[in-house]
Amino acid sequence: MSQDVHSEAFLHKLMRAQLRLSVGCAAAFTIALLGLPLANYFWPELMAKRVFGFTLSWFVLGVLFFPFVWVVAYIFIRRSIALEQAEVQSVKGEQ
Amino acid sequence: MFFAAATPIVSNILKQVDPWILCFSFITVVVTIWMGFWSARRSKTTSDFFVAGRSVSVGWNASAISGEYLSAASFMGVAGMVMKNGYDALWYPVCYACGYLFLLLFIAGPLRRFGAYTIPDFAEGRYDSPVFRKIAVVFVLFIGFFYTMPQMKGAGTTLAYIFPGLPYWAGVVLVGAIITFNVALGGMKGITLVQAVQYWAKMFAISVPIFVVMSVYGGYQEQLAANRTPYDSSAAVETGHSVEGHEALRKELPLQAPKDESWISPFGSLTTKAAAKAGLKPQQQRPYSLLYTYSLIIALVCGTAGLPHILVRFYTNPDGVAAKRTTMWVMILIGVFYLFPPVFGAIGRDLLPELYAATGAKGTDKVVLELPRILNDKYGPWGSVLSGITCAGAFAAFMSTFSGLLVSMTGALAHDVYGRMLRPRSTPEQRLKAFKFAAVTIGVVAVLLGMQVEQLDINFMVGQAFAIAAASYFPLLFLSAWWPGMTMKGAAAGMLTGGLLALTGITLTSLSDLALQASVKNHTPNALQGLENFWIHHPMVRILSEQPAIWAVPLAIILMLVVSKLTRREVPSDIRMKMLVLHAPEQLGLKQEYIQEHHAAH
Repeated sequence: MSQDVHSEAFLHKLMRAQLRLSVGCAAAFTIALLGLPLANYFWPELMAKRVFGFTLSWFVLGVLFFPFVWVVAYIFIRRSIALEQAEVQSVKGEQ
Repeated sequence: MFFAAATPIVSNILKQVDPWILCFSFITVVVTIWMGFWSARRSKTTSDFFVAGRSVSVGWNASAISGEYLSAASFMGVAGMVMKNGYDALWYPVCYACGYLFLLLFIAGPLRRFGAYTIPDFAEGRYDSPVFRKIAVVFVLFIGFFYTMPQMKGAGTTLAYIFPGLPYWAGVVLVGAIITFNVALGGMKGITLVQAVQYWAKMFAISVPIFVVMSVYGGYQEQLAANRTPYDSSAAVETGHSVEGHEALRKELPLQAPKDESWISPFGSLTTKAAAKAGLKPQQQRPYSLLYTYSLIIALVCGTAGLPHILVRFYTNPDGVAAKRTTMWVMILIGVFYLFPPVFGAIGRDLLPELYAATGAKGTDKVVLELPRILNDKYGPWGSVLSGITCAGAFAAFMSTFSGLLVSMTGALAHDVYGRMLRPRSTPEQRLKAFKFAAVTIGVVAVLLGMQVEQLDINFMVGQAFAIAAASYFPLLFLSAWWPGMTMKGAAAGMLTGGLLALTGITLTSLSDLALQASVKNHTPNALQGLENFWIHHPMVRILSEQPAIWAVPLAIILMLVVSKLTRREVPSDIRMKMLVLHAPEQLGLKQEYIQEHHAAH
């Protein structure tokens, strides 16, 4: 049986796929989160531009960030449910 | 004699009370306590519908988790800190929401599959080590006390607002006593229903009043536009937008308030404080303040992922898919909530600037409570009614969080310390007695600590609790879930070193701030002047000590890796099975297999 649940190879594959998904999603929001202070640091004038009365920086952090986090969470949840189903399928299919 | 002297004071306090505010707050307290007892009784008879879970829908569950998450820091503290520090404090609400995503990505799934609902459970199960469980319990108490202090400040501030003239400490003692008594009697066990209702109460209380205020005095953007950035004056002329027009709605700022550009721009009064004290020029302050910002972000994001009392209730759903859908709703519910507190802060700066001049319980931390009252000038008692609603929300916030913390800390003390360490052979009656005794002890300590922190910002203190969690629990949970090579000794070394060093740094800065404020207030010499001088000469050390996450989190992770490598032989023998249980989908039923094997082995 190539897909032995208790084999080292299966565990390795399983964790790799999950970690890749999590790291990918984390990277998306880490880049945004850690990039914003850098933008504030290097382009203060741009970040102080007025957008609907907010400064650009305030608008990004205080308003846009929340929907952005929802999108990342939504993508992660959909993919991870699909991933789990695929894992179950692959094990059940083999048996 | 005492009563004769006290009566005029009491009647004097009562005379200044706004009846609307008192009425709403009183109803909240009574309803919360009643619901706690009612649902505690009900949950016993229906054989614990909390764990069975199937009767709890995704919507209720998501509301309950969100209700537990939003403490006095979210409800009052964020607004107060945004008002005081402007943009710099905006990182808090955003990172509280982002941190939840981090928890979802790396920790929630494995922990749910493992079936561990508290960190001590996980610590023991992952390393088969009762000793490690005890170490983890100690941190439940450390972080718990740091987290109760701001809740106590919220209570003291709210009561001092409802009863003008009542000293801060009296409010802390009163609320602390009521909740401790309640928990010791067995009410308020943090049942799903109570927490869910409280989420909607908090949401209602923060959104409705601010919409009314905005419709009368102008929206979020207009109020923010009243603050000029250094780049504004020319831009305003070019676009023809009259920034000047907004000046009319704003009252004059007192001297203590930060200037416009440092309030609305990044790297303002919060993150530059240490460098400014050291006498550096504005351009030289900027790198320091970037460092501060990053350390704060790491503390908040990693800290959320390691906060014990959130994990306790994290997944109460019947299956993994429902759990993930619940989490999506939690993200939305808390995200929508966090849009509002900064609005209070921004409008409070323009319309209630007199709060800047006051300190402690009379300072900016009460902006959420007091802001709606400005409507009284135009619409009679409606301002008081709305202010009563926000007070009710504040009560819901600190009561739910404090009782939740008290239950989990008491559980740790009574169950782990007494039941397992001191008296393993105690009878059920003795344990029940120990639970009550532990509740009262922790309640008293929390009240005593809460009385000391009037001068610290609510939200700042919560941030400090997050930093300690980030340096201790986050590395533990993250590496334990994803690295098979971790040993108990590695985990303990990293968690203890990172957590205790962060705790030391934070305690030192908080103590020196408290001593400084006391000396300014009483015009006495500063008891910790030496430390204060040291900070002034070493602003970098001060920042790293106040916000330790940027070095403490990597330090804990490195120690865990190194010590685990050195003690490689002590990796649990069934590690592959453990990792499978942590990561394989639940439908494969590996958890059952694991439990059977585990029982057979013992």
